[in-house]
Amino acid sequence: MQRYTTTAIVLHWLIAVLIIGAFTLGLVMTDIPGISPTKLKYFSWHKWAGVTVLLLATLRLLWRLKNRPPALPDTMPAWQRGAAHGLHHLLYVLIFAVPLSGYFYTLAAGFPVVYFGLFQLPVFIAKNPALAETLKPIHYWLNMIMAGLVGLHVAAALKHQFVDRDGTLGRMLPGRSH
Amino acid sequence: MTFTRGGLAALLAGMALVASAVPLKTDVAHSSVSAVFKQMNVPVESKFKTFNAQVDYDAAHPEKATARVDIDTASFDIGEAEYNKEVAGKDWFNAAKFPKATFVSSAIKPAGAGKLAVSGKLTIKGKTQDVTFPVTVKQEGPKQVFEGQLPIKRLAFNIGEGEWKDTSMVADEVVIKFRVAAGQ
Repeated sequence: MQRYTTTAIVLHWLIAVLIIGAFTLGLVMTDIPGISPTKLKYFSWHKWAGVTVLLLATLRLLWRLKNRPPALPDTMPAWQRGAAHGLHHLLYVLIFAVPLSGYFYTLAAGFPVVYFGLFQLPVFIAKNPALAETLKPIHYWLNMIMAGLVGLHVAAALKHQFVDRDGTLGRMLPGRSH
Repeated sequence: MTFTRGGLAALLAGMALVASAVPLKTDVAHSSVSAVFKQMNVPVESKFKTFNAQVDYDAAHPEKATARVDIDTASFDIGEAEYNKEVAGKDWFNAAKFPKATFVSSAIKPAGAGKLAVSGKLTIKGKTQDVTFPVTVKQEGPKQVFEGQLPIKRLAFNIGEGEWKDTSMVADEVVIKFRVAAGQ
C-alpha cells in the first residue's frame, strides 16, 4: 500500500507529540495553585510548544496542498471515507485554532510570547482583560474538542490496524514501505 | 477706589506668591504609576491602582518644586487575582507590613525646556535609596503633566525573596513609569 511522504509523516508525528505535550502541560500548570517559578516556567514552555505547533501546522498545510495523501483501502465503505475526511478536516482546523486561541488569550492577558526566551513574537492586540476572559474558555473548549477528536482519530487508526487489518495505519508509520 | 499702582502691584505679587505655594491637586483619573519588568524575558507592564501624588510646582520657579508620591503596594494589578495575591505577599511587597512605597523629593532642578532633574528618596519594603531621574513637564489644558521613568533593581529592595531571587525568572531590572496630571 502507498504511504504518506516522509515529510508528511515527520510533520504528523512531531505535531502529535507536541500537542500531547502541550495539552498535558496545560492541564498540569493550571492545576498548580497560586504562582511559583515552576508554574511560570510551565506556562512559557506551553506557549513555546503551541507556537511550534502553529509553525509546523502551517508547513504541513502547505505540504498537504501540494501533495495528495495516499488512497484509502478499496474495502473501506463510503460512510467511513466521509467520516475520515471530515475528521481530518476538523483536526486541520484545530491544529491552527487551538494555538491561535491561546496566542490571542495570552496577548489579551498582557503577556506576549517570547519564543524560547529569545525573541518576542508579534503583538497583534493590546492588553484587554475582558477579551482575555472571553478567550480563556474558548481556548479550553477548543482543546477539549480536539482531545475528543484525537481520541476518535486514534481509535479509528487502531480499528483499521487490529480489526480491519487493512494497512491504513501503515501509511502514516515510519519505516520501510510494504 | 483706594488702590494705588504700588498697592495693586504688591497685591498681584502677593497672589503670585500664594499661587506658587499652593500645592497642585492631582487628577488621579489621568495619572498612573506602573512597573515594567521582564518575566523569562517577557515584558510585562502592570499598574498600581491606588496611589497619591502631592506636587507643588510653579513653572516660574521649578527649583522650588517638591513632590511626594505614596503608592499602595497591595494595589499592584498583574491582571489575575491569584498573581496579585502572591505579589502583595511576603516574598514580594509584603503589603501587610509595608503597605506603602514612597518617593519624597529632595531637590528638583530645571534641565532644559520642559525638563526637570528630580532627586529624592525612594522607599520600598522598608529600604530607602537615593535616586535621581529625569521628568518631562507639559501643559495639557489647565493641567501640568509630569512624566518619567525610574529604573531600579528589585533585589536592592528585597522585592522577590526566596525562590523568586532567581533573576532568570524575573529580571532584577524594573522600570517604574509614572504620569502625574495636576492642576490648581
